[in-house]
Formats: sequence, structure tokens, C-alpha cells
Amino acid sequence: MSDKTSSNAYWAANVRIIWICIAIWALVSYGFGIILRPLLSGIKIGGSDLGFWFAQQGSILVFIVLIFGYAWRMNSLDREHGVEE
Amino acid sequence: MSQFALNLIFIGISFAIYIGIAIWARAGSTAEFYAANRGVSPVMNGMATAADWMSAASFISMAGLIAFTGYDNSTYLMGWTGGYVLLALLLAPYLRKFGKFTVPEFIGDRFYSRTARIIGVVCLLIISITYVIGQMTGVGVTFSRYLEVSNSTGLWIGAALVFCYAVLGGMKGITYTQVAQYVVLIIAYTIPAVFIAMQLTGHVLPQTGLFGSLAGGDTKFLTKLDQVVTDLGFANYTGHHKSTLDMVLFTLALMIGTAGLPHVIIRFFTVPKVSDARSSAGWALVFIALLYTVAPAVGAMSRFNLTATMWPGAVEGETYSQPAVSLDAIQNSPELQWMRNWQTTGLLAWEDKNGDGLIQYYNDKAEPGEALAAVIAEQNLQGNELPTVNNDIMVLANPEIANLPGWVIAIVAAGGLAAALSTAAGLLLAISGAVSHDLVKGWLAPEISEKGELMAARVSMAVSILVATILGLHPPGFAAQTVALAFGLAASSIFPVLMMGIFSTRINKQGAIWGMIAGIASTLLYIFTYKGWLFIAGTNMLEDTAANWLFGISPASFGTIGALINFIVAYVVSNATEELPAEVVELVESIRVPRGAGAAVDH
Repeated sequence: MSDKTSSNAYWAANVRIIWICIAIWALVSYGFGIILRPLLSGIKIGGSDLGFWFAQQGSILVFIVLIFGYAWRMNSLDREHGVEE
Repeated sequence: MSQFALNLIFIGISFAIYIGIAIWARAGSTAEFYAANRGVSPVMNGMATAADWMSAASFISMAGLIAFTGYDNSTYLMGWTGGYVLLALLLAPYLRKFGKFTVPEFIGDRFYSRTARIIGVVCLLIISITYVIGQMTGVGVTFSRYLEVSNSTGLWIGAALVFCYAVLGGMKGITYTQVAQYVVLIIAYTIPAVFIAMQLTGHVLPQTGLFGSLAGGDTKFLTKLDQVVTDLGFANYTGHHKSTLDMVLFTLALMIGTAGLPHVIIRFFTVPKVSDARSSAGWALVFIALLYTVAPAVGAMSRFNLTATMWPGAVEGETYSQPAVSLDAIQNSPELQWMRNWQTTGLLAWEDKNGDGLIQYYNDKAEPGEALAAVIAEQNLQGNELPTVNNDIMVLANPEIANLPGWVIAIVAAGGLAAALSTAAGLLLAISGAVSHDLVKGWLAPEISEKGELMAARVSMAVSILVATILGLHPPGFAAQTVALAFGLAASSIFPVLMMGIFSTRINKQGAIWGMIAGIASTLLYIFTYKGWLFIAGTNMLEDTAANWLFGISPASFGTIGALINFIVAYVVSNATEELPAEVVELVESIRVPRGAGAAVDH
């Protein structure tokens, strides 16, 4: 495999991981926190509902997990493609 | 010991630490001045980024914004944290690999155009100057409230301190001071919150207390809060009242605006490796979340405490089961000393409109419910008797409202100063870097030596501090519009151009320039239409109300639409014009792979 195809494959894999992360990022904040809140209102949490929790705390916690998950996944992708530092 | 002496001691100690760090971390080269020699560990950089990011607005105002609006203002919580996901995924690692010193420098190199670089500098200056004025006024207010000096004296003291570590140490001095400032501000924010959560709910963690039950019962705290505020005619706390579309667009504008703020981006130039830039964004968000998950609890609990102070019946049973707080108590009771303190600042005001010796706090702007209408008739109420409660009181007066010890109040004062000063320093560095590196070195005097550039960086830092202080003393009208102006511009100009520069090999010079111009112009036009031309009162063409907004989109949310316009224009123009030159395609391909970032340090 030439350098060119390897680096194209690396970039394509990176973009795929980014899309997955962005989908989760949007789902917990815009989805659960705002737009889908009425659908989740049946799930009660401490005097309010799941959507309220996602909007005030849950989305932030998911964001943290997302970034570390991405960083971890990319470190192994870097090694697979031999482009790590 | 008097409260004044305590304040002096805590603020004095924190300042001594900052100055000590400034002397230890002097910068000897431009790489140290602009990027701390790329030797900051990802955890340290995360902490410094958190302090850099969390401004006077996050520390002082945000809990109040949530307290008086409830769920609808969750947009700030999500918007000001979600941007870090975008930074980690879309910008920080690649800009670190690029390995230069400023954001406009990337724009100029990637789009092989000095014009693009200068547009970047102009955006950066507007964003950072708008932002820094708010920090400087915050410093002045905090000093004058806690150290009994005049507003302007306070501002000059703050400016002198920033001068010490920013001019001497540049990014290196600022980074390590910000780490210390983060520690001060997070302690200051958390201690009163823990006390209040314990008092109200018995939970040590404010985060779980918010969803817990009131101490000594099994009524959920949020249920009680909803009941108390609706009893008084206010909108229920956990309910959704604003337009869904506008909430989504506003949150998105804050997120992409955050990711496009130059003073945040340059923090990621200081870590040694590309992989560190990714994880450092995660650490930054961990440290930010320590405050941002406490803030909604502080907001809700201080709203409850304020209401229960005004209507003591609220705590035990029905809101009106006991009479409202008396005017006599407000004027004389030692527990309500805080009301008298804050009245003198003008942030709190009451008036016994019906002359019954009681101060009744309720919402007189909405149609009252049955119970409230009965109270209004029975007590012959002539309107809300606590007409002024400034948002900012909620954090600053919180320890006094909850009767916490004096040293807690002193820590909150030191924390407010740390939040404002750390953000100011980060912004000033972004401003001086753009002036000395992009304007002087990149344009006016390209032949300047490394030593000369370091001198230019120090001089422009000193001048920036002076200008920011003067603007802080006499804030122009646009200073109050940080959210609309700074985030709107960062969202509609800098974020899209950086993202396209990394993820596209088709967007060229013409596309980037016209995209930025279209994004900035449409956003400014929309803001000015409702806020007045250059924010001059009375020159707005339409009244700034939800009914007038295009599709119900508020001016502060328009950055999202501006970004979309930027993307579309850049795409169309690029496809109608030249292909990218081969060396620029190579540049894009090189920033996409991490290997070799260390070598890029040398300039």
C-alpha cells in the first residue's frame, strides 16, 4: 500500500469516527435536551424529567466522554496507520 | 475580624501567588511568549483553558441567568460546553499540527492570501475587544464591592496585575497564572454551593441535590420550586416556554462560537503533540464541567432561597401561609444585612407600594392565577414590591443570603476576580499576538528580528491593556452585547473558515474571503437591525421583540445562520473559481496527519 492510499484511508476512517461522535453530540443536546424532551417526559428524574436532566447536566457529561473516547480511538488509529508521533 | 479585613487577606494572598508565578515564568523567546514553548502538559493546559474560558459572565452571571428563567436558559449550559467537542474533533489537533502562533496566520497560509489573514485579524480584534471590556468592568465592580475602593481604582489595580504577568511572561506566564486562578475560582464557586445544597437538600454534591428531596421531607426540591414560583405568578421553572427553533439555533451559535474564539484556540498551540491537543480539550471540559454542573444547582437553589426569604411560608407549606417579609425586618434584621448591602449597589431595590409595611414579591407582568388574585385583592397589592433583582446577585450574594461565614464571602470575591482576570489575560494575548505577529511581522515589517518581534509583542500587550482599561472605565454601547457580537462573529466567520480550511481541499482564496465577508455582513446586519446601527440606541430599524424576528430567530442566535451563509457562499464561489495550488493541497494533507508536529515547532 502506498503512502497516499494509506493516508487517504486514515483520513476516511477519521471522518467516519467524527460523524459518529457528532451524531451523539447532537442527539444528547439538541435531541434529548430540547427537541425530543416532550417524548421523554414520561421518564421522571428527581422532580422533573429526563430531558431537563440532559439539558442541565447529562449532555455535558456525555460531551466529556465523547472527547476522551475520540482521543483514545484516534490514538489507536494513528498507530494502525503508522502516523503517530 | 471584619469582613473587609478578610476580603483584603484573601484577595491579597491570591494576588501574591499570581505575581510570584509571573516572576518565575518570564518569557525569553517568541515561542515562549506566543505558545509557552509548546511544553504545557495536556492536563495543565486543560486547567488553564478552563480559567481562560470561564469569564466573569460564567462565574457571576450564568447561575443568575438560569435562576430567573429556569429550563429555557439551559441553552447557555449546553452551548458553552458543547463547543469543546467541536474543538477536539474539528479544529484543535489540526491547528496544533500546523504549528504556528496565531489563528489569522493559519487563515493566511491555508488560503494563500494576505487579505484573508487581515480579515481574520479584524474579526479577532472585534471579538476579543468586545469580550475584554466585560472582564475589565467585572474587575472594577468586584473590587469596588469588596475592597471599598472606587470602581476606577479597582480597575487600575487589576490592570497593573495583568501587566505584571502578561507583559513579562506572555503565554507562559499567563498559562501558569491561569492554572492558579482556576484553583481559586473553582474553590470559590463550589464551597458556597456545597453549603447551600447541604442546607436545602442534605446532599453534599450540588449536582445530585438539584434532583434530590428537600431536607427533612420527601418533596422533591424541583417540584417545590416549581410550585413556589408558579404560586407567585412566575413561569414554572422546569417548563419549556421559549421557541424550540430559537433555542436550538442559539445553542448552536454558542457552540460554534466557542469553537471559533481565537483566545480559546491558541491555548491548544501550547501542548507538545497533536494527541495532547485532543485529550487536552477533554481535560478542559472536565474542569469547566466542575463549575457548569454546579451552576444550575446554584441557580435553582438561590432562586428558592430568595423567594423563601421574601415569603417565609414557602419553606414549610403554602407560599402565602405566612405574611411576606416586613419592611422593618429588611431595614433592621441582621440576617437581612445582605439586602441593605446590595441595595447600595443598585442591583437590588424594593418599595412598599401599598404602604402595608410588608414587601410582597410576585410577578405583576402576567395574568394572576386564582390563588394569587385572591392575595392581590385581600392585601390590596399595587404591583411587585421587589422590582429590581439583578441576575448577578445570585452568585455574589448567595453566601450572604444563606448566612455563610465571612471567609466564604472573601473567597467568592477572590474567585470573581480570578475569573475576570484570567479571561482578560487570555484575550489580551490573542489581541497582542494578532498585532505583533500578523500585522507587524506578517505585513508591516516582515524583516523584523526575533528579538524585535518579542519587543513588539510586549509593547502591543502593554498598549492592549491600556486600551482595555480605558474602555472598561468608559464602556461603549457594544460592550453589553458580548453574546450577540463576539459569539455571533466567531460563529459566522472564524469557525467556518477554519473548518473548511482543514476538511476541504476545494475551498480556495476567493471562496474563503467572500464566505467570511458574507457571514460577517449578514450577521452584523441582522444584529444591527434589532439592536441599532453600531448599537447606537434609537437607530434600530425594527423593535427587538420576538414578534419582529425573522422566523422567531433572535439576534444572538443568528450566528448559526451567518455560519451557514458563510459555508454556502464559500462553496459556490470556490467551485466557480480556480483549483487549489498544489503546495496548499500538500499543506492540508500534512496537517491531517499527526506525525511531525514536534518538528513544526521551529518557526
